Amino acid sequence: MTSLTINGVSIEVQAGDDTPLLYVLSDELQLQGPRFGCGLAQCGSCSILVDGVETRACVTPIASLKDKAITTLEGISAFYAAQTGLASVPQTTPVQDALVEEQALQCGYCYNGMIIKATELLLNNADPSDAEIRSAMNGHLCRCGTYPKIISAIKKASRTIQLARQSAGDSSMEGVV
Amino acid sequence: MKKILTSVPLKRRSLLKAGGALIINFNFQKASFGQNQSLLAGPPDPEQIDSWIAIHQDNSATVFIGFAELGQGCSTALLQVAAEELDLSMTQVSTIGLDTHITPNQGGTYSSSAMRVGGPQIQRAAAEARQALLQMAATQLQVEADSLQVENGIISSTRNNALSTSYGELIGNRQFNLAFTGNAPVKSPDDYKLVGTPYPRNDFPLKAKGIYRYIQHVRLPNMLHGRIVRPRGQGAYKDGVQVTGINEDSIVSIPGARVLRQNNFVGVVAQTEWDAVKAAQQLEVSWEQPGSLPGNESLFERMEKGMTNERVAVEEGDVSAFNTAFARSEFKAHGPYQAHVPFAPNCAVADVSQNSALVMCSSQDIYNTRTSIANLLGMDTEQVRVQFHDGAGTFGHSCWDDVAQAAALMSSMAGQPVRVQFMRWDEHGWDTYGPAHIGKTRISADSNGKLVSYEYEGWQHHWSLIETSEQTAKGTPAAEWPPFPAQQINPRTLGGMYDIPNRYLLNHHVPGLDYLKGAWLRSPVDLSFSFVSEQAIDDLAFQLGMDPWQFRQQNISEYHWLGVLNAAAEAANWQSRPAAENLSNASIVRGRGIGVGTHLASYGGAVAEIEVNKRSGEVKVLHLYGAIDAGLVVNTSNVENQIIGQLVQTASRMLLEEVTFNKTNVTSLDWASYPILRFEQCPEITPIIVQRLNEAPSGAGEEVMAAAAAAIANAFFDATGKRMTMYPFTPERVRETLAG
Ligand code: FES
Ligand code: FES
Repeated sequence: MTSLTINGVSIEVQAGDDTPLLYVLSDELQLQGPRFGCGLAQCGSCSILVDGVETRACVTPIASLKDKAITTLEGISAFYAAQTGLASVPQTTPVQDALVEEQALQCGYCYNGMIIKATELLLNNADPSDAEIRSAMNGHLCRCGTYPKIISAIKKASRTIQLARQSAGDSSMEGVV
Repeated sequence: MKKILTSVPLKRRSLLKAGGALIINFNFQKASFGQNQSLLAGPPDPEQIDSWIAIHQDNSATVFIGFAELGQGCSTALLQVAAEELDLSMTQVSTIGLDTHITPNQGGTYSSSAMRVGGPQIQRAAAEARQALLQMAATQLQVEADSLQVENGIISSTRNNALSTSYGELIGNRQFNLAFTGNAPVKSPDDYKLVGTPYPRNDFPLKAKGIYRYIQHVRLPNMLHGRIVRPRGQGAYKDGVQVTGINEDSIVSIPGARVLRQNNFVGVVAQTEWDAVKAAQQLEVSWEQPGSLPGNESLFERMEKGMTNERVAVEEGDVSAFNTAFARSEFKAHGPYQAHVPFAPNCAVADVSQNSALVMCSSQDIYNTRTSIANLLGMDTEQVRVQFHDGAGTFGHSCWDDVAQAAALMSSMAGQPVRVQFMRWDEHGWDTYGPAHIGKTRISADSNGKLVSYEYEGWQHHWSLIETSEQTAKGTPAAEWPPFPAQQINPRTLGGMYDIPNRYLLNHHVPGLDYLKGAWLRSPVDLSFSFVSEQAIDDLAFQLGMDPWQFRQQNISEYHWLGVLNAAAEAANWQSRPAAENLSNASIVRGRGIGVGTHLASYGGAVAEIEVNKRSGEVKVLHLYGAIDAGLVVNTSNVENQIIGQLVQTASRMLLEEVTFNKTNVTSLDWASYPILRFEQCPEITPIIVQRLNEAPSGAGEEVMAAAAAAIANAFFDATGKRMTMYPFTPERVRETLAG
C-alpha cells in the first residue's frame, strides 16, 4: 500500500509501486479529470500537477510520488485559490471560465491537460505573450484543432488574474474570480 | 414492427414520469440506464410525434435526437431548432443519449448529416407538436387557435390575457398519440429568435470542470478491463491477423489476468486497468505476417498499374477540345493515407449474457453497429442494445466499431461486463485510414480565360466493410463496401463549381484488399482531389497572366460558389496580381493562394498565406481564411468552431500527416511517428460564415477543407514558382521539389 496526497487528501492506494499514477487516478479512484490519451507522455491528456509542476501521470510510477502534493483537475480550483491567496475556493478557475466564455471547445477531451498546463503557466507568468503561450502549451495536442481559441481563452484568463491581483493589492480578492 | 409500437410507449411513460429531473444535459443515459428488461428494441416509430418529442408537466420538453454528438455541438443546435418551433426557451429543452431502444433511427451521423437531415426533421416534428398543442388550448379556452400566442410554453389569447394555459397543463406526462405528417407550417425565418444565434453549447461547462462522462469514463458493476492483442500496426487488409502461437504462461505473473481467444482474435482481461495493459504487452504471441503491402515507396505504382474497375462519373460535351485550346494544363499529383486518430483511443463497454447484449460505445451509427454486433454474437438484432456515449472527436470512421465488437466478444467469452480501450498504437495502427489517391487532370481555357475543357482521372480504393475484430474472430473474409459514388471521385469538388462546357471524370476503383483498411476521414479524399484539380486551375491562370481570384470569378456563375470565393478573398484583403510574380532569392519566402472545394453539399472557399524556408524545406502556414456557405446556420458559434477546426486540421494534414508502412505493417503508431499540428505551428485563423437564412441547412462539418488544402498548395507555388505533387509538405519533399 502506497500513501499519496491527492488534492490535499492523503489516500492509501492498493496499486503496486510500478503502477503509473494515471491508472490509480482514473481506475482505482475513478477521477474523471486525468485521462488516457497515449500512455507515452506525448499528448498531455493525463496531466496533473506534482508540487505545482505539470507532469504526465501516464508515465509517472506512484513510487516516485510518495512525499509529493498531487493536484488533479478536480482540485484545480483549490490549488488556484491557495496559490493566489483567495479567501475562498471558487467553483471554477479563470482558465475554465475563459474556455467556456470563448466557446473554445469541440470534443473537449484534451481539456484536462489544457487547463492544468494553462494554470501552471499563468501562475508562473501572469501576463504571457502569444509566443510564451504557444511554447508553454506546445506539448499538449488537440486533434479537434481548437488551438486558436484556447490561446485567446488563456489571454482572457490572464487578464482576469491580473485584475484579481491588482484588486488584491488594493484590498481583498474576494468575489473577483 | 408491432412489437416496437407496443413497447416504446412504456418507456416513454417512465421517462415522462421523471419530468425534467433525470434529464440533465445528455448525461441522462449515463446515470440511469442499466439493462432495462422491460424495454424492447427500437427504433421507435418515426411516424409518431411521440417518438420525437415529449412534453413534461413543468413545461419542459425532451427532444429525441437520432444524431451523435461528436464534439461538433449538434445537440445544442438541434435543440435550438426544436425550441424555436415550440416557442420554448433553451433552458426548457433537453435531449437524451442515443440508444437503439429509445431514439429514432435518423441514419448515421456522417457527411455533416446532423443539421442537414436532422434539422428539418426535428423542425417539422416540433412545429407539428406546437400546432397540436395550440388546438388543444383552443378547445380548452374556447377560442380560435389563431388568436393564441406562445411564450416559453405558456399559451395565451392575444385578445384576453386572462385566458391562458400551458404545454405542461395540456399534455404534460401524456402522449400526443399523433401521426407525424410533416404538414404543419414552420416558422418564417423572419421570426427566428434562437435559430441563427451563437447559443452557448450545453456541454461546455461540464467539460471544463471535468465532470462530463465520456465513454472512457463509463463503468459497470463487476466489470473487467480488457485490451486487444494484435501485431503492432496492420498489414494488408486481406491478411487480417494470423496467430501462430500463444504462450499463456507469459502472463502468469499478473494475478487474475486471462487470455481470451476466438480463432485469431486475441484479448486479455484483468481486474485492474493497469494489469490489463501490462498483460497485453507481456503476452507472448507469434504471428504470421505475409508482407503483402506495397510499402510507401511502391504504393502509387501498384495502385496505378494494377487491375482497376472503371466508372465514368461525369461526361458532358467533348473534352477533345483540350487539344486545340489556347491554354492547357496537365497535372498529376498524389495524396497519402491519413489517419483519424482521435485524441483519446476508442473505448467500449459491453455486457453480454446468454440472451441479451448491452454495448456502450462511440459509434456514429448505433443501428448499424447493433446489426454488426448481433451478427458477431449470433443474436437477433432485438437482443442487442447499443448506446452511444461520446469520446474524443473522431472525424469519421475511426476504430469505434472495431472496439465495440472487441468488447462484445470479450464480454461474451469472460461472462462478465468488459471495458476495452484501444492503446495508442492500436488506434494509430489499426485505423480504417482515409485512402490514398492518385489524380491526373487536363484542363484548358481560351485566350479570354474562359474554361474550355476539364478531365480528371482518379485512383483509390473503397471503404472496408469488415472490422478486424470480426475478421479475426469469425474468419469473415475482408471485403469492401459496394461501389457507392460517395466513395469515389467527387464531381462537386472536381470542377463542379466552374462553368465548363466539356467535362469528363473517370474513376478507377482500386480493389482494396491488398492495401490498408480504409474508410471515410473528414471530407473524404476531397483534400487530394482539390490538391490536384485546383492546382491545375491555378496553373491556367498563371499561364494566362491572370490573378487567380479573378480567373476563378470569371469562370463561376453559381452564386453560392461565388459567395464563398469572394468572402474568403475579401477577408484576406486579396490584392490582384498573377501568382509567383514576386519570386525572390531569399531563403525564406512568402506566398498566398486561393482555392474552392467542398464535400457532398455546401460550399467552401479559402485563402492561405504561407512561409517557405527554401534551405531547410520547412513550410509554415501563417494565416488561413475559410468561408463556408452551409445554407441556414442554426448556431453561428458552433459553425465558427467547425471552420476553425477544419482549417487547423487541413494545415495539419497538408504539412505533417502521412501513414507510413513497409511491406508487413503500418509503422506510424503514435504522435511521434504520426505527428499532428501543435500550438507553435498553428496559423492565424479567420472563419467566415456566409449565412443564408432562407435556405435549408446543408452541413458545415467538413466543407472548407478541400478549399483550404488547395489554397495552401497554391500559396506554395506563389512563394516558390514550383508545384508540390504530393503532400504532406515535409522538409525532404519540399527540398526535393525545389531542387527539381
Ligand atoms: S496520456 Fe499521458 S501524455 Fe498522453
Ligand atoms: S477539443 Fe477535441 S481533442 Fe481538443
